[in-house]
Amino acid sequence: MSVLKITDLHASIDTEAGTIEILRGVNLSIESGQIHAVMGPNGSGKSTLAYVIAGHPKYTVTSGSITLDGEDVLAMTVDERARAGLFLAMQYPVEIPGVSVSNFLRTSATAVRGEAPKLRTWIGEVKQAMKDLQMDPTFAERNVNEGFSGGEKKRHEILQMALLKPKFAVLDETDSGLDVDALKVVSEGVNAFRETSDAGTLLITHYTRILKYIKPDFVHVFVDGRIVESGGPELANVLEADGYERFTNASV
Amino acid sequence: MSLAEAPPRDHAPAVRSLDFLDFLEPSNREEEWKFTPLERVNGLLEPVDTAVGIGWGSSSPYVTEVAIDDARLHASWTPTDRAGAVARGAATRAILIDIPKETVVDGSVIVDLKALGDVNYAHIEVVVGDFSSATVVIRHDVAADVLGNLVVQAGAESDVKVLSVMDGEATGRQMWQWHTIVGRNATSFGLSIALGGEVVRMVPSVEYSAPGGSAVMLGAFLADGSQYQEHRLFVDHAQPNCSSYVAYKGALAGGTAHTVWVGDVLVRRAATGIETYEVNRNLLLADGPRADSVPNLELETGDIVAAGHASATGRFDDEQLFYLQSRGIPERVARQLVVRGFFADVLSKISDAGLRSEILGRIEQRLGMESVGAVDEGDLNG
Repeated sequence: MSVLKITDLHASIDTEAGTIEILRGVNLSIESGQIHAVMGPNGSGKSTLAYVIAGHPKYTVTSGSITLDGEDVLAMTVDERARAGLFLAMQYPVEIPGVSVSNFLRTSATAVRGEAPKLRTWIGEVKQAMKDLQMDPTFAERNVNEGFSGGEKKRHEILQMALLKPKFAVLDETDSGLDVDALKVVSEGVNAFRETSDAGTLLITHYTRILKYIKPDFVHVFVDGRIVESGGPELANVLEADGYERFTNASV
Repeated sequence: MSLAEAPPRDHAPAVRSLDFLDFLEPSNREEEWKFTPLERVNGLLEPVDTAVGIGWGSSSPYVTEVAIDDARLHASWTPTDRAGAVARGAATRAILIDIPKETVVDGSVIVDLKALGDVNYAHIEVVVGDFSSATVVIRHDVAADVLGNLVVQAGAESDVKVLSVMDGEATGRQMWQWHTIVGRNATSFGLSIALGGEVVRMVPSVEYSAPGGSAVMLGAFLADGSQYQEHRLFVDHAQPNCSSYVAYKGALAGGTAHTVWVGDVLVRRAATGIETYEVNRNLLLADGPRADSVPNLELETGDIVAAGHASATGRFDDEQLFYLQSRGIPERVARQLVVRGFFADVLSKISDAGLRSEILGRIEQRLGMESVGAVDEGDLNG
């Protein structure tokens, strides 16, 4: 069993207006097989948490720690984190012109697995994973995220997760910008991955909608850079009924 | 504005002559020479006494050297800029790549240019007969100064590919006119690779001698250090139902490198039913270099299928790097993927796999990305 442990994490961003602290003491521990939903209003810093776990260079960690099975994640480069078993499904994946999805997937898999996957089994693996996500086979020939619809981008993120098989996956608002059909497909992809891999999942979301399809073990309310309340799935129902107001007022 | 009173054509060449004196003294006040660092081409824009004709080598039976008045050469083509006129005026010999009509040439006709002196003048003509197809690769020796003209005649229904490859060191000044005449329903493809040379000024132009021709001009260039590169194109649509597509990609790697891309397209009144598009994209990999990009589209008729242009110069995108690295890909390989991707649409048009990987390897070597190898996956364990 693996553990991703975040302890008293503080992080800031440098802007023209000066340094702004966004994460203000995050504590969270995720074990293999668990699904944690982090829910919060706009601007609460929940996406920053996702980026800081992945190691985006625009954020500076000022104190606290992130460890994966005791290993210091903050000391790792972005690619080392991925090879150690962390995965971030991005909210706004960027276009990479001229780089095909198939080349990208194979380069990633080669990096994460430490050796190039055998071509014959690899092609079958990719085809099956794409079929599971109801993706057209021609998708592999397109350039990474270039001209993708919102739904295609999110499916592509989940496809990568399925192929890279991380120990922990952070899904940053994967439900945003999806219609109900796409949401179902993506959710099924996440559920299938969890069942087959025993990975831990950190589901970052603004809405409770996705929790109809993905059942969290824990729900955390994220306000003003930290977790202000944690509970079971029932906490999502409270948010669904009352919104974030109670929590945002409490934090002022 | 009435089309009966045609406005002055801003971008069509004003002078055509074999005599360099018919051209104005180059000055940065003239649009044509606005960007060129004239102090660095000092002395080359008038005849140099010690200049020699360029040497060449080729194993192809289609390549010969002929006198400049040989009947097979284009009788009336004349340079449209002063550098071209200096070279043409002094030329006594020409390198002729002569493909008879109804001939399909397998593989590439490769011509290696060899500098024989400090200053070399070149005249090259590619004549492809009706219904023929051929691929010609001109490999430039860029270690010396070369002024030259390259004239390509694509016969009716022919399929002609001409690749100009300057992949040597960043020394030598290269000034070329490259004129393509596209025949009836002919398909012409030009690819300009410019990695070497201290000062490079390429002036490609395209004209159509009959309806139905199609011309593609692609370019990939890279500059660093103190390199100056100028690609100044002119596509002259004067025939109906033709098409042109121009796409140039440039990477500026460092130093005070300066690149200039000027793409002029003129659609004359007779050129109905044409389709034209031109695009230039530049990738800045460092803070010092500068890229100028100037597309011009001049329409004298609205009775066309489509016309458009685009130009963009951008920095290396750290978000792309983050995305790739977040998938476990090491930074070095990630950078390589992005640069390869940038050039991919241009380089993928090189059908000769050996030449393609050689050019890609050269680009990567220049960008300090050598030893990653030609396979897509790269050396991930290195």
